[in-house]
Amino acid sequence: MGAHVFLVVLVIYFLLPLWWLIVASTKDAHGLFSGTGGALWFDKTFALFDNLGLLFTYNDGIYLRWLGNSVLYAVSGGAGATALAILAGYGFAKFAFPGRRLSLALLLGSVMVPLTALVIPTFAMLSQVGMTNTIWAVILPSLLNPFGVYLMMVYATDAIPDELLDAARVDGAGELRTFFTVALPLLRPAAVTVLLLSFVGTWNNYFLPLAVLSSNNLFPVTVGLGLWDGLANSASGTGTTSLWSLIILGSLVSIIPLIVAFLSLQRYWRGGLAVGSLK
Amino acid sequence: MTGIGSYAVRSSAPRARATARGRSVRPKITGWLFVAPFALVFLVFLVVPLAYAFWLSLFSKGLATGTTFSGLANYVKAFSDPEFLGGLLFVVVFSVVLIPLQMLVSLAAALVLDTVTTKLARFSRLMIFVPYAIPAVIGALMWGFLYSPGFGPLAQVFALFHASAPNLLGSHDVFGALLNVVTWQWSGYYMIIIYAALQGIDSSLYEAARIDGANQWQIALRIKLPLVASALVLILVFALIGTLQFFTEPQVLAPSSNGVITPSFTPNMYAYNLAFANSQINYASAISFALGLVVFVGVYIFLFATRKKGRIV
Repeated sequence: MGAHVFLVVLVIYFLLPLWWLIVASTKDAHGLFSGTGGALWFDKTFALFDNLGLLFTYNDGIYLRWLGNSVLYAVSGGAGATALAILAGYGFAKFAFPGRRLSLALLLGSVMVPLTALVIPTFAMLSQVGMTNTIWAVILPSLLNPFGVYLMMVYATDAIPDELLDAARVDGAGELRTFFTVALPLLRPAAVTVLLLSFVGTWNNYFLPLAVLSSNNLFPVTVGLGLWDGLANSASGTGTTSLWSLIILGSLVSIIPLIVAFLSLQRYWRGGLAVGSLK
Repeated sequence: MTGIGSYAVRSSAPRARATARGRSVRPKITGWLFVAPFALVFLVFLVVPLAYAFWLSLFSKGLATGTTFSGLANYVKAFSDPEFLGGLLFVVVFSVVLIPLQMLVSLAAALVLDTVTTKLARFSRLMIFVPYAIPAVIGALMWGFLYSPGFGPLAQVFALFHASAPNLLGSHDVFGALLNVVTWQWSGYYMIIIYAALQGIDSSLYEAARIDGANQWQIALRIKLPLVASALVLILVFALIGTLQFFTEPQVLAPSSNGVITPSFTPNMYAYNLAFANSQINYASAISFALGLVVFVGVYIFLFATRKKGRIV
């Protein structure tokens, strides 16, 4: 009984901002500030569809463009990082090669380097070669995921029996064929986890795109919403109230895909996260 | 995703090595071919930027003199710069308060979820985790709205008493306000990691303890807690790395804080503002590099210290 009360309290706390966000998305500018139901309940005017229309047309539909950019960055960065992690994790787990121990030590060290510490250096390097303010300035650095490689390595060590690889080789399969037909299917659960984690990492990233992008139409949705928030704050009270509605609804729309992805793929990532902590 | 599991390798590395030795008859280069694509990205987007930032940090830009080599002068300047040191002090104090709080919330939730297996528990587990899927920017924006004296629920609560709501982003409350945002954002993720570790414990241990007369509390404190200690250490390291690099939440909340969150509130904000608002890329590089080094060395020492005190893995 006590346990359930505790859980209910926790759920209310963790869902409170989301509940507020959903309720606030249905309000017009007037309802936001002085609605009939208060901040945590619906107003008498239901303006969700008006807000949606405004969100997708405001500033020539820049929001849709940001959403598209987020998808592009997260899909290409996530898929790329995962492919690199699968290959490297398999290589580290199942092969002896010169420099392996040193590379592993470097990999582990880099897991401890906070990726945000790389943002200003990456910006400095990219601006030296004239690559800032391009999609590559976001996508290419997102391919770096040392933790993903580490996770794949730990998983591959146990999940792929050496005998199976040897059997494939004895049958005359080349290394690539062995990898694709024997190893890859066994790595699927960890691969889904790494994909999900790098997808979310790139989708949620703010500091890197904020630093390397300067054109509005290249922004991902996080940086775009941050921009609107800055505008709304700097001009508060001077006819920008509609911007608040856009920020609120824009936030809601942009988190729906991720929440759906997490909830529907949970049996994969739960197992994958366990790999990182159980060993 | 940094941090989790750096411990784990210690136990798995010897096995991996043994396996690897077994296949040394294979052409030596094959392993490299699999690792090469990642190695290239590692080189270009980790080694080169760090090296380049270090190189940049050795120069200074003066109005009259232009850019000149100045050795470690930027580092001497950084470690006597009250803005950098103030930011550093803030993130250290913030970590010291935040991390135990976060661990307490996530550990308590995980222990309860491990014992209770009802539908409500399964539902709670997912809901507590949901904030992890939400970008930090949006988390900060939502809480910023909820804190707002203008359209947050606090305004209504205080109106009942004919008082005006406090500004939670004012200088007194900003620490707690940020603490709440980060705890909300990350506790669910940590909870899942601890929960996964708890689920991995052999349940016959609980049977044995129960036969010996142990109650739920004793089982939780004497059996479960020690067995998930390695997961806790990892979370601690993970949280430490993230918090010392604090950037997104204060950056997003700064405009609505009436100047309480300054441009040098955290070292990362300082580096960002130096690089972009003041175009002092050399000094910004030094700050970035110094901060990365402080975090790396700090975490390394921590891992070494906890490892010496008896291995918990």
